[in-house]
Amino acid sequence: MRTHAQSEPSVALYVHWPFCRSKCPYCDFNSHVRERIDQTRFAAALRRELATEAAALGRRPLRSIFFGGGTPSLMDPQTTADLIADARALFDAEPNLEITLEANPTSVEAGALAAFAQAGVNRISLGVQSLDDAALRFLGREHSATQAVAALETARRLFGRLSFDLIYARPGQTLAAWRSELDTALTLVSDHLSLYQLTIEPGTVFEGAARRGLFALPDEDASAALYEQTATVAARHGLAAYEVSNYARPGCESRHNLGYWRYQDYIGIGPGAHGRLTRADGLHATRRHRAPEPWAERVERTGSGTTHDDLLSQQDCAREMLLMGLRLDEGIDGTHFAARTGMALEDALDPAILRAALEEDYLAWSIAPASTRLRATPSGRLRLEALLGALVL
Amino acid sequence: MTDTPLSLIRNFSIIAHIDHGKSTLADRLIQACGALTAREMTNQVLDNMDIERERGITIKAQTVRLTYPAKDGNTYVLNLMDTPGHVDFAYEVSRSLAACEGSLLVVDASQGVEAQTLANVYQAIDANHEIVPILNKIDLPAAEPERVRAQIEDVIGIPADDAVGISAKTGLNIEGVLEALVTRLPPPTGDATAPLQALLVDSWYDAYLGVIILVRIMQGRLKRGDKIRMMASGAVYAVDQVGVFAPRMVPVDDLGPGEMGYINAAIKTVADCNVGDTITDDRRPATQALAGFKPSIPVVWCGLYPIDADDFEKLRDSLSKLRLNDASFHYEAETSAALGFGFRCGFLGLLHLEIIQERLSREFNLDLIATAPSVVYRLYRTNGGMEELHNPADMPDSSLIEKVEEPWINATIMVPDDYLGPVLSLCSERRGIQKDLTYVGNRAMAVYRLPLNEVVFDFYDRLKSISRGYASFDYQMDDYQESDLVRISILVNQEPVDALSFIAHRSAAESRGRSICAKLKELIPRQLFKIAIQAAIGSRVIARETIGALSKDVTAKCYGGDISRKRKLLEKQKEGKKRMRQFGKVEIPQSAFLAALKMD
Ligand SMILES: Nc1nc2c(ncn2[C@@H]2O[C@H](COP(=O)(O)OP(=O)(O)OP(=O)(O)O)[C@@H](O)[C@H]2O)c(=O)[nH]1
Ligand SMILES: C[S@@+](CC[C@H](N)C(=O)[O-])C[C@H]1O[C@@H](n2cnc3c(N)ncnc32)[C@H](O)[C@@H]1O
Ligand code: SF4
Ligand SMILES: [Mg+2]
Repeated sequence: MRTHAQSEPSVALYVHWPFCRSKCPYCDFNSHVRERIDQTRFAAALRRELATEAAALGRRPLRSIFFGGGTPSLMDPQTTADLIADARALFDAEPNLEITLEANPTSVEAGALAAFAQAGVNRISLGVQSLDDAALRFLGREHSATQAVAALETARRLFGRLSFDLIYARPGQTLAAWRSELDTALTLVSDHLSLYQLTIEPGTVFEGAARRGLFALPDEDASAALYEQTATVAARHGLAAYEVSNYARPGCESRHNLGYWRYQDYIGIGPGAHGRLTRADGLHATRRHRAPEPWAERVERTGSGTTHDDLLSQQDCAREMLLMGLRLDEGIDGTHFAARTGMALEDALDPAILRAALEEDYLAWSIAPASTRLRATPSGRLRLEALLGALVL
Repeated sequence: MTDTPLSLIRNFSIIAHIDHGKSTLADRLIQACGALTAREMTNQVLDNMDIERERGITIKAQTVRLTYPAKDGNTYVLNLMDTPGHVDFAYEVSRSLAACEGSLLVVDASQGVEAQTLANVYQAIDANHEIVPILNKIDLPAAEPERVRAQIEDVIGIPADDAVGISAKTGLNIEGVLEALVTRLPPPTGDATAPLQALLVDSWYDAYLGVIILVRIMQGRLKRGDKIRMMASGAVYAVDQVGVFAPRMVPVDDLGPGEMGYINAAIKTVADCNVGDTITDDRRPATQALAGFKPSIPVVWCGLYPIDADDFEKLRDSLSKLRLNDASFHYEAETSAALGFGFRCGFLGLLHLEIIQERLSREFNLDLIATAPSVVYRLYRTNGGMEELHNPADMPDSSLIEKVEEPWINATIMVPDDYLGPVLSLCSERRGIQKDLTYVGNRAMAVYRLPLNEVVFDFYDRLKSISRGYASFDYQMDDYQESDLVRISILVNQEPVDALSFIAHRSAAESRGRSICAKLKELIPRQLFKIAIQAAIGSRVIARETIGALSKDVTAKCYGGDISRKRKLLEKQKEGKKRMRQFGKVEIPQSAFLAALKMD
């Protein structure tokens, strides 16, 4: 099932930093709060796990590096520098390697941004979440809108590429309020934004609160209206919805995340990190131990914190490629699909649903001389989970 | 008990309208005779099924053997049969009556005679019973025993001078009931030396013991080790155990004439047990079988389908076991395009239907879907043939139909004067024809002829709600009459949902079609594509609704590299589709049909 028998498939590298200063009430990411973090220990473990993985994979082209979390801006910048250097040494880095760091816009972290730039980070993704102080308090964030704007200013000076995250479709948020918040946001950044709708996740503080009726998210129709307005407003500022919740000026997309959506290989190191790696027998899904200390201990003992390394079936691959690829505006290239999964794109889809979805304008084929792509139209993307549930065999 | 002379045995049924206190009186009698200690007692101790306890109604008749040392110095054996009050369980009452010589007619002294009081007492009179009227609930401030005494004489036409006033709840004058039983009811008759004739009154399936049979010995004796023969099927079994309900199962050596008890004979073939059959001694058989029971005739039918198609055989087995315990329901296999393999089942009424469905789910752990209930129509074809039709899906094209007849009933409704107006308009709305309207004090008694079809369609619930629960209702089947009936099909995205089609009078077709479409619109969640719901007679659409496509269903959140989680979610979603039925390009949760079917 290997794409190119002779040249090894390129990889991206994801590094998970599992610590945060406090746990946000909506968050179900693998993040943990510790009174004191043993920076030296986790730095060493990350570097060791990377080395182990690289040894297993061999020298491959490296497309991008992403430090995510958790709050990786709490990492010692030296660790970042070391990991970047290791990666460059172990793999064949592409020219202009995209290296992104997620950062929280508190003043402390803003202060460390220069050191991260020094370490080689060239793209910053700031967790701004909102430009409204009341909303930031509701979201349990540790920063204010003013601090966020200041952090953005600093970041703009230091990094070539900049993006930030906002969470909208919050309880009670009106179309007008979101429009004005988004307009402001679009004046602060000009090439990339991640605009997420607040999602209630199992096991979070918000889940309990919502269940007790303390607040309610906008209903389906309201949330659809907010979503559609988001794309319109972003487009007016020149940012296209290239993925369900990501907006960019053409050419400024997150290359690292595009790799996920295009279903390319990536290494995931650090607690709870996921990977998709082509090995001799096919595509594997890897996962590391989620809890930071047990992960570190495993790495120290065996060189790796891996708990799962499973060969994916053809159907698993097809499903994953479809559910990632149809999130992208560009859709899925039929040739890539066949090469990656060993199966024709049409064979992975329910023909009756495909026909109906094309008729309904939820899906569209775009046929160019060298490629046939299947893409979800904006209206199809708006209903993507239901569409996938029916469409994907 | 073998030596209890017939003169010291009394067999009696307790009959009444719903909730007039039969089971509570049974409690007091059980206690007064010391069959259960205070610690063993619960309220309505004979209502031992969960459904009975939850709903506070009796569904199954129950038998208890008591001993009572009477004032005359003799100790009597009393066989008590507590019966259900609801009209749908009338078959339980009629079988109990056949096993006894007398009845206690319980009348709630604060309510008076109700529809089911009449229906049951007339059955008891037909069974040649001696009847002792009991005025219950005299502890209630609203009780008017004198008025109710007069009412019994006026309305029922039986003497009520020495009706016994009691409170089953407080235990007041239970002694009076016991003395009336022994002094006023006749003892059974029978010859202990004659060939065995035992009436098969009831049966049920016990997971440990297998089939258990309740019998009333008419002639002869029955003892452990005997070889018995079921006269209808000819099947022969050896009796493992003979016993009585006291009220727990207590083995005895034998049962003589006039006695009631159970037999356990390791019966494997459930079909060999038919209530009403006569059990005789295989070595010295009786020449004639007892009269038995009139078979019950189902008046309402519906399809029952397993939600999980793999449960079909389990459903068949469960139905045969349940039928042992309820001879008043009938079933035969059928198939539906929308629902797969199932059974067409006949019931004595809607409550009966509901109870059977619930017992199947509780006692046999089955998940079922039921189609809309239908009455039995008579269909005359243009080619001269006549057939009975109780599945709307079987209705042929109108060009092949000469005429259709529907069943009518005679309904008796008793209702306080204040609510009479709405009750009368409900009856005429349902095509009813008034036959009689009389008053007993401030209660009106209306007799109506009504098409049964109209009663099956939420009549009872409406009656209860417009009378705030005060109206009581009973009916007998009357006759068939030609009618302008049409089949209404329900279509989802142009495809008929056979399970939802129904037959109605042309005048009601449109409004019912509309209401079912409106209901489905409420019940079916929005889907990826829009859904057209239509009601049609033949090819003519009489009602329609559209369910718009869902407006948004996408998680606009960051997943990073955790693709496995998204895939698991997709797999779960696909798993959920197993409970969906496909209609063209949309899939509709079966629960929506279930809910639609449930609402009436
Ligand atoms: N106050 C009062 N309530 C009573 C008396 N007898 C029965 N009840 C109440 O009346 C209700 C119905 O009693 P049941 O004994 O279940 O009536 P039933 O006739 O067996 O009812 P079905 O079997 O459903 O027909 C219960 O709530 C009893 O507690 C009585 O003498 N006085
Ligand atoms: C890996 S997370 C956290 C990054 C960083 N620690 C922060 O909080 O800024 C990436 C983004 O997902 C978004 N997110 C997290 N939980 C969410 C939820 N329940 N609903 C919507 N968006 C969420 C937030 O916008 C967050 O910035
Ligand atoms: S949202 Fe970000 S800062 Fe908040 S707990 Fe999650 S990972 Fe940590
Ligand atoms: Mg009862």
